[in-house]
Amino acid sequence: MTLTQEIITILMVILGTVTTRFLPFIVFPSGKPVPKYVKYLGKILPAAVFGLLVVYSLKNVDILSGGHGIPELISITVVVLLHLWKRQMLLSIAGGTVCYMLLVQFVF
Amino acid sequence: MKKDVIIKSFKAAFPYTLPIFAGFWFLGLTYGIYMNVSGFSFWYPMLMSLTIFAGSAEFVAVNMLMGAFDPLQALAMTLMINARHLFYGISMLDKYRGTGKFKPYLIFGMCDESFSINCTAEVPEGADKGWFMFFVTLINHFYWFSGSTLGGIFGSLIKFDTEGLEFVMTAMFVVIFLEQWLKEKNHTSSLIGLGISLLCLIAFGSDGFIIPAMLAILAVLTLVRKPLEKDGDAA
Repeated sequence: MTLTQEIITILMVILGTVTTRFLPFIVFPSGKPVPKYVKYLGKILPAAVFGLLVVYSLKNVDILSGGHGIPELISITVVVLLHLWKRQMLLSIAGGTVCYMLLVQFVF
Repeated sequence: MKKDVIIKSFKAAFPYTLPIFAGFWFLGLTYGIYMNVSGFSFWYPMLMSLTIFAGSAEFVAVNMLMGAFDPLQALAMTLMINARHLFYGISMLDKYRGTGKFKPYLIFGMCDESFSINCTAEVPEGADKGWFMFFVTLINHFYWFSGSTLGGIFGSLIKFDTEGLEFVMTAMFVVIFLEQWLKEKNHTSSLIGLGISLLCLIAFGSDGFIIPAMLAILAVLTLVRKPLEKDGDAA
């Protein structure tokens, strides 16, 4: 690829990303009333999206080989228990991550 | 805007970004190193992390740059990879309202992590919502930019013994999911999101499950709208 072609390719990736981020705000500008259905989606979607993001961040876990997803399962349990106990975001995240690192480096 | 309100907003935003510092530096360094060993100078990860600011799209872009020139395919691929941002936008229509001069940047910088924080975090008394969300987005953007650039500069010099650090992102999404779960009275949407995504991951595999999962989530949430709205406490 020439430099110009590289720049065009990168511009396309920028255009694609910006489109997915701006489109809802362009279709439903803040001055105009948002349809009830979209309002409902805006209220109800975040919970589902967080579920999607949890699965998305685990998508490369292979349950058939390696650790069989066991380090992930244990570490997620640690995150949940820590969070229910102290409800400190940073503590839960750090605790779960350290647990996972120990498991994949020394156990699995 | 008073100076102490701005400082207060920064102080409120910063702790939320700390887990993202760990995650973005890990991923950003990896991305920069990947570009470096693929034969690109540090200018590439530096400018791409600044202007694209979407992790998975940037990784795929490296392959695009090494392949044959095909701008339309580059655009189509990016739209597919980042389609989930459409859901973020719909969810943030209300929250980003009234953020004035910050709004274009907030939308531009709406990666998974900035969206999750800005969607759930409580802005404390004395801080300003616009400034708070601006700082969350800006600080995350800076982590990603600096990590990618350093990876591009030092590339192969960096020796990794940080195996497993990438779990910090999973841990953060689990915490955010849990926070939402503890806050809501009705868990229908959380369960739908988790269940359908899992089913689609099994059915379509890790490379192609996002779009089917999004469509299925949309369909089911549309079907349960009436009973949920009757409940009154859907979200």
